[in-house]
Amino acid sequence: MNNIETVANPKIVIKDLNFYYGNYRALKDINLSIAEKMVTAFIGPSGCGKSTLLRTFNRMYQLYPKQKATGEILLDGANILDSKQDLNMLRAKIGMVFQKPTPFPMSIYDNIAFGVKLYENLSKHDMAARVEWALRKAALWTEVKDKLRQSGTGLSGGQQQRLCIARAIAVKPQVLLLDEPTSALDPISTAHIEKLIDELKEDFTIVIVTHNMQQAARISDYTAYMYLGDLIELGETSSVFTNPKRKETEDYITGRFG
Amino acid sequence: MLNLYTRRRIINAAGLSVSVLAMLFGLFWLCWILLTLLDHGLPALTPVVFAQMTPPPGSSGGLLNAIAGSLMMTLVGTLIGTPIGILAGTYLAEFGQRGWMAPITRFINDVLLSAPSIVIGLFVYEVYVVKVKHFSGWAGALALSILVIPIVIRTTENMLRLVPSTLREAAAALGAPQWKVINFVTLRAARAGIITGVLLAVARISGETAPLLFTALNNQFWSSNMNQPMANLPVVIFQFAMSPYADWQNLAWAGALLITVSVLTLNIVARVVFRQSATTH
Repeated sequence: MNNIETVANPKIVIKDLNFYYGNYRALKDINLSIAEKMVTAFIGPSGCGKSTLLRTFNRMYQLYPKQKATGEILLDGANILDSKQDLNMLRAKIGMVFQKPTPFPMSIYDNIAFGVKLYENLSKHDMAARVEWALRKAALWTEVKDKLRQSGTGLSGGQQQRLCIARAIAVKPQVLLLDEPTSALDPISTAHIEKLIDELKEDFTIVIVTHNMQQAARISDYTAYMYLGDLIELGETSSVFTNPKRKETEDYITGRFG
Repeated sequence: MLNLYTRRRIINAAGLSVSVLAMLFGLFWLCWILLTLLDHGLPALTPVVFAQMTPPPGSSGGLLNAIAGSLMMTLVGTLIGTPIGILAGTYLAEFGQRGWMAPITRFINDVLLSAPSIVIGLFVYEVYVVKVKHFSGWAGALALSILVIPIVIRTTENMLRLVPSTLREAAAALGAPQWKVINFVTLRAARAGIITGVLLAVARISGETAPLLFTALNNQFWSSNMNQPMANLPVVIFQFAMSPYADWQNLAWAGALLITVSVLTLNIVARVVFRQSATTH
């Protein structure tokens, strides 16, 4: 299948993944790989399954009884869909940021410290250093350093989303999943976060779902185009956007539909 | 065209008038009740009411033992009922998506919620008072706690359901085990609503008479011993209001005013707490 490129250094390899909402088959025989320390973007029209695919990586669907996945997802060679896999340990290695900013109802400091405290026993000094590191990485430190004890819900939308990103990276995951992280934000906050993603890929493997094609073209190294639960094409962003191998991809990218 | 518009305006005005009239009708009775209470109760509400015990017939006195008894039994009833209610409500909201236990619990809770309080009182009488062969403040508190539990379960479950699922997912995505998600994120987010529910439960049990008739009975003298019959405002009002003595009747009015004012205050405080926290989110 030359329209699905296998990447050189895969962090995650997906084999024959099928996903069901009850009886409805939302993902059909997905085979793809995610490159390490690169940004991979999932694009496609609404309802194509890109968020569903993203949420299989950290098994978020297991919070809901009627959702089920079959197949294999190999993270560094180990199948994470295996029932013997420790779910919480997996989620500590794979972080997620959602479309709507979700600050916890606690202080900004506690928001960041919450995830770290789950798996690491840091001294007060080290914890403060980690919180500062995470907030600096998320480009939020200068704005909140004087109000770390105030509630996280008092920040603006763009700041809250950056707080969620800081919270996700504070635990130093290997992979960062971003589910339309800027679709609820204004253009300036969006620009901040896109710049942030560009810096973060030095340390983390990043997978981003976006319905904004221009964003995918701007920030990603690899792009996967999905349609109605099928993976149509996966390749380097530059070639997918300038020289797509499938007609469906070309139709979507040129705006002929979707 | 114009005819249609005019007709719409008339129907609109008619609907609005009917709604306002209905509201005024309801408000009228409420205001009349409050005015009557104030009219009869306020003159009787002297500092003596808070200083002396309930008097024998024909003499003057106060309501101190009744007030103290009500406070004690309400407090104990709330302390027993609230943790049970919050735990059960949390179970229903967070673990109740699968299995059969949750729907059945919810159904039973709804039935308990509307159970006549006199039935609850009789139940505690049969199960506890008869066995120990005396009335007591503990029995009264027990009956009140049975009234508190369904209210707290219902409001806790509803408030937890209002917490957006993305908040739970965000905590789970960090690798937090479910009990930590519930404890540190979900319950905290629903905190104001749950407190409101508890306050409303307290307001409800402050005025309950029937369950206390068969459990705490009444006590003419001061007693802080929960293991003995305990004076309480509702039963005192019941006893004094039906008597032919003017002194007693005045005290009954004072007691009624006291209960009404405290219930009203609790409701207002509950709403203010809820609204304040809603605006800071």
